[in-house]
Amino acid sequence: MLRIEDLHKSFDDFKAVNGAHLTVEKGQLVAVIGPNGAGKTTLFNLITGQLQPDNGKILLNDENISKLPPHVICRKGVARSFQIANVFPRLSVFRNVQVSVLSQQKLSNKLFQPAARLVVEETNRILESVGLFEKKMDVAGSLSHGDKRILEIAIALGNEPDLLILDEPTAGMSPEETTTTMALIQRLAREQGLTILFCEHDMEVVFGTAQSIMVIQQGSTIVQGKPQVVRQNREVQQAYLGDE
Amino acid sequence: MFGEMIRQKSFGVSVAIFVILLLAPSFLPRFYIYFLAVIFVTALLAMSLNLCVGHGMLFQFHHGVFYGVGAYTTGLLLAKTSLPWWLAFVAGPLAAAFAGLLIGMFCIRLSRLYFGMLQISLGSLIWAIAFRWYDLTGGDDGIHGIPIPDFIASTTSSYYFVLMVLGICLILLYLILKSPFGSTLQAIRDNPERCAAVGINVRRHQLKAIVIATFFGGVAGVLFVVVEGSIFPDLLFWTLSLEIFIMCLLGGWFTFAGPILGAAFIVSLRTFVGTYTEYWTLILGIILILLIFFLPEGVMGYNYRKLFRSRTQYSAEGQTE
Repeated sequence: MLRIEDLHKSFDDFKAVNGAHLTVEKGQLVAVIGPNGAGKTTLFNLITGQLQPDNGKILLNDENISKLPPHVICRKGVARSFQIANVFPRLSVFRNVQVSVLSQQKLSNKLFQPAARLVVEETNRILESVGLFEKKMDVAGSLSHGDKRILEIAIALGNEPDLLILDEPTAGMSPEETTTTMALIQRLAREQGLTILFCEHDMEVVFGTAQSIMVIQQGSTIVQGKPQVVRQNREVQQAYLGDE
Repeated sequence: MFGEMIRQKSFGVSVAIFVILLLAPSFLPRFYIYFLAVIFVTALLAMSLNLCVGHGMLFQFHHGVFYGVGAYTTGLLLAKTSLPWWLAFVAGPLAAAFAGLLIGMFCIRLSRLYFGMLQISLGSLIWAIAFRWYDLTGGDDGIHGIPIPDFIASTTSSYYFVLMVLGICLILLYLILKSPFGSTLQAIRDNPERCAAVGINVRRHQLKAIVIATFFGGVAGVLFVVVEGSIFPDLLFWTLSLEIFIMCLLGGWFTFAGPILGAAFIVSLRTFVGTYTEYWTLILGIILILLIFFLPEGVMGYNYRKLFRSRTQYSAEGQTE
């Protein structure tokens, strides 16, 4: 579904992504791991068009999307969440999700129809499935950090994506929140047949959930494969897991 | 639901105010009728600007230009051609929207403050044309005694005309704000990056908002011609733009009706304090400083916080009432 070949991106002299490779098959739950500053977020920003690569290919269903702006990539079925909670702070939880559902259904430009009556069912269904239905009238800015992160995922779901990209979905969460969030992500993948690409710090989380793991260090891919393969890879052990 | 309650309450208040305004000409002296009409015109202008500033976070620093373009288009057509009056009235807002599209296309590529700076420069070009093209526009003097159609020529009839148009425009603006378009615009205001990531073409959406806002700015320009019967370059000068910007901030730029309040206040200040001293802007300056320190969300924004404090009530639904 998604294939990345030899991707490069520099900021001035700093090579943030320097030869990244990644394959995501349909229906897979794929994790990207790597130490701080390894280029995980940059990689995701390149995929979803927030940044443009200097070199290399990003193929979505065999179409090169590396030069497209974010909103076009989104319409091709790629939705994402961000590492810092990136919601619409002054809007209600309901409207946060509704904005993306409206966009998905190409209703964003309707001028004289009350938005309050549009796509209500779809939006409520998403809120229910992530467990935010009770808080739907709250102002998004007033939510707890954990709930904001969940809301982010809900916004991304509003686009009915084929590929969902989550940038450290559990960053800053308590252990309990992490467990419930990962369970939520796995359930979404199962129930809605989503393909999910995420990056994560927590080793346990990654090896417990992902079907395929890509290890990135200093912008370059070291290896990608099944969890047990990655665990046994010597280079990975040295670079990231530490010698044991 | 509190949201419902606020809605009903503000609907009741609006109807009451409207009825009082309808009856006003029967008990107010003529000067005050004229004065109210000026407030209506300015209120519509501020409301149109607030679509960009408050609901779109677009720093439309030179909105007065579109007011001026609307007024000049209608005024010139009425004074210099024999076209039917309604054509002139329609042409004003359309010309303003077209100017909005042209200037917006350049400005929209820039972000926030630079957007505003470029708009001031491009807008000043239009001002310079109105100021210098003496044969057409009458230059510095402008054009006075523009022939207004008979049925709206008297103070009272023009008052009713302006009130009616203002009412219609407010309803339209309200609907737009509550529509998916308005909802999306507010989402862009809060977080443009996130909006792009959910598939919204942010710049195009903002440009549409500018065109709509400038259209209504043009409507205000037409109403100005109806009330004053004249046009002059000050309409397009940047100090006026600054004034209406302040009206939005003062009234509450995240609220729906805030700019009306701001307009009423500043027009009153200009009219009443302006008769005593030409330094009325000094008072405006002091008020502005106080505003920044004590009421950063404007008078209406403050009311919302005070009246409906807990988390549910101060919701996004309530805020734009």
